[in-house]
Amino acid sequence: MHFDAFDRYHETNSFVHRLDPRIKVAVTVAFILSNALLPDGAWIAFGLSWMLLLFANIFSNLGIAFTLKRSFVALPFALVAITVLFSIPGNPLASFHFLLWDLTISDTGFLRFVSILIRSWLSVQMAILLVATARFPDIIHALGHLRVPSILTTIIAFLYRYLFVLGDEVFRLMRAREARSAAAGRRSGRSVVWRANVAGHMAGQLFLRSYERSDRVYNAMLARGYAGHLETINPHELRRRDYITAALALLAILFLQLAGRL
Amino acid sequence: MQYSPAPLHIPDGFLSLVVSIICWVISAITLSAAIARSNKSLGERQIPLMGVMAAFIFAAQMINFPVAGGTSGHLLGGALAAITLGPWAGMLVMTAVIVVQALLFQDGGLLVMGANILNMGLVTAAIGYGLYRAAAAGNRTLKLTVAGIAAWLSVMAAALFTSLQLWLSGTSQLQIVIPAMLGVHALIGLGEALITVAALTLILQTRPDLLGENSASAKGSRGWVVAGVLISLAVVLLSPLASADPDGLERVAEDLGFLGKGFSAPYQLIPDYTLPFLGQSNLSTVLAGLIGLIVVGAVIVLLGQGLRAKS
Amino acid sequence: MTNVLQVHDLHFSYHDGRPALRGVSFAMCAGEKVALVGPNGAGKSTLMLHLNGILPDRPRDFVHGRGEVSVEEKRLTRDNLPVIRALVGLVFQNPDDQLFSPTVFEDVAFGPLHMGLPMKEVEARVESALEAVRMSGFRDRLSHHLSVGEKKRIAIATVLSMKPQILVLDEPSAGLDPRGRRTLINLLRELPITMLVSTHDMKLVQELFPRTIVMDEGQIVADGQTRDILENEELLTAHGLEKP
Repeated sequence: MHFDAFDRYHETNSFVHRLDPRIKVAVTVAFILSNALLPDGAWIAFGLSWMLLLFANIFSNLGIAFTLKRSFVALPFALVAITVLFSIPGNPLASFHFLLWDLTISDTGFLRFVSILIRSWLSVQMAILLVATARFPDIIHALGHLRVPSILTTIIAFLYRYLFVLGDEVFRLMRAREARSAAAGRRSGRSVVWRANVAGHMAGQLFLRSYERSDRVYNAMLARGYAGHLETINPHELRRRDYITAALALLAILFLQLAGRL
Repeated sequence: MQYSPAPLHIPDGFLSLVVSIICWVISAITLSAAIARSNKSLGERQIPLMGVMAAFIFAAQMINFPVAGGTSGHLLGGALAAITLGPWAGMLVMTAVIVVQALLFQDGGLLVMGANILNMGLVTAAIGYGLYRAAAAGNRTLKLTVAGIAAWLSVMAAALFTSLQLWLSGTSQLQIVIPAMLGVHALIGLGEALITVAALTLILQTRPDLLGENSASAKGSRGWVVAGVLISLAVVLLSPLASADPDGLERVAEDLGFLGKGFSAPYQLIPDYTLPFLGQSNLSTVLAGLIGLIVVGAVIVLLGQGLRAKS
Repeated sequence: MTNVLQVHDLHFSYHDGRPALRGVSFAMCAGEKVALVGPNGAGKSTLMLHLNGILPDRPRDFVHGRGEVSVEEKRLTRDNLPVIRALVGLVFQNPDDQLFSPTVFEDVAFGPLHMGLPMKEVEARVESALEAVRMSGFRDRLSHHLSVGEKKRIAIATVLSMKPQILVLDEPSAGLDPRGRRTLINLLRELPITMLVSTHDMKLVQELFPRTIVMDEGQIVADGQTRDILENEELLTAHGLEKP
């Protein structure tokens, strides 16, 4: 079995796909930064940000709602922000009785809550677009170009490569566990502690296998001339359309910022 | 099988810019130190080891076990990584895991990645390693017990740090977020402790040399014990204090100038994000943000170079 | 003819004290294709690791070892390790260990890059290595998307790009389906290079290698024409091998 579920890249030929990955990483970060800088309740700027996203979707040839469909991953986290609804002083919008408490939603609290959700929702979509339009190895190259220390990019590259191999191993371990647990249902197999123990042994097993694998990988590296210093290649070159796109995107983001404050 | 996100990964939008940047600075400084130390003290074998082990942590987080009511427990792995690989390598490995989770799966944001690295990668490694190292001289049972406690505390500490960041960002109310987060993670931490201890038991039985006197896990200095114990004490003391007397903690933060009065403007480093000489204009706000970023960037670069030069 | 590879009285024990090699000596001529057979634990893999100096380079594992390995008349020492490693192309059994980079290009380029070659030359070598294993279109593919057979061929390309004098392969046909195995056999037959191949696949031995070396318990127990060795049933049974 292949862990294609881990691949987030969508193979197609588009303007955005052809852009240098550095530009895509930089614009993504700038866009997310811009979201964080927008004040609460900057509805026009939020709307314009979304427009920008839709355009990016279109230029990526993935369909206008591509990121929208995948954008709800962060929503469960909204729970932690629910308290701002009630805790910020302001004009009461609605109040109701919940168990022991009388809760009043204030207008400023509501404004803040919705603003947090919108910021998060917009940011996640741009990050989704990034990995859909740039292959992950290219993103690693971009991080290298953007001065992320090479030891980190190297670990990330290894992680990406072996994520699929070890993911496969975990899958096989878990299937073997399921095949052996006789009773049906989720609560099969004695107590929670016992089940945690089994999971822990699987983790330990995986650790040892991974450790030994790292030894063999090291041998394979030595055999091909590795001597402690890693040479890396960065096959990317910035072209004029990369610069122009970056400039236009940053201008648009600057415009968003101004719109959010007028 | 699915990749299951842990509840500690903060998405973008939930932390204020200032809190995000402060966390980035702390993480970047710690990581620069980790990189400098790794380049210096760890052999060339360390690169593939850390790389494959990062994939191991990622894969091990997918091993889940049914707890009750459709929920399942699984590993965060910071303590396990630090105990088996040593503290610096453990931090780098956890950082790589968090970066890939954020970039590839949008599990955790990019601007807030500094906070996620701090909470799940650095704090967990420091506690896990520091406490385990304190018991290094003891027998196997003591070591494993301490490792279990350390694993539990590492998850609690990550939850506490997350709560504090959410509170300082004006996203959550302290008296609710701390008991809620710590309550949930007291249970999740039990799973973490059980898995960590079971995994270490197996490793000690099969390859005791990996955790022995000459292993990476024995190379950390005694300073880690102090750091681990201090952070643990902070968690143990701060958590009940915060839930019992949230007003007290808010007053402290206010007195320190961190938290603005009235909870609505909790970022005050450059007052109200404006520059005095430009007045209260929008332009001034944007510029203030930019200057802040440039200063922080410069600090990171300088620190990185300084640390590299030293090594 | 000159010997491309010469091994003289090689001894080696792992750190647990288990002797893996107990006086191994043999030589290979240029252009020779030799099979290395023997039961698991016979020391085949350990011998192969020695051929480009991996084990003695690691003091942690190196407890007892002596003997000599020479490649193209150059004796392997710590100083000429990089040269020897470029001359001996070692391909490991599991392609997931051999291919450790995210993309095919990066993996095939790893060797030439670490030989310090300029980027243009690296590119050219990647192209020709991929062509040699008939995988020219795979340059930009992701390693984890390849089938086992494709991975094995790319693994061979990763050392061909270093232009080695000898190719050393550990169990190349293990884990392949019949078609993948057939493709690999044809590839090995056509590669114009000196080759030492360890395998349990006796059919492969019969089909491809004129000469066979049999190892057991860290020693060479037979070295000769494949035809003769495969006829010697007594020898085969004594060392856990089967006639194809």
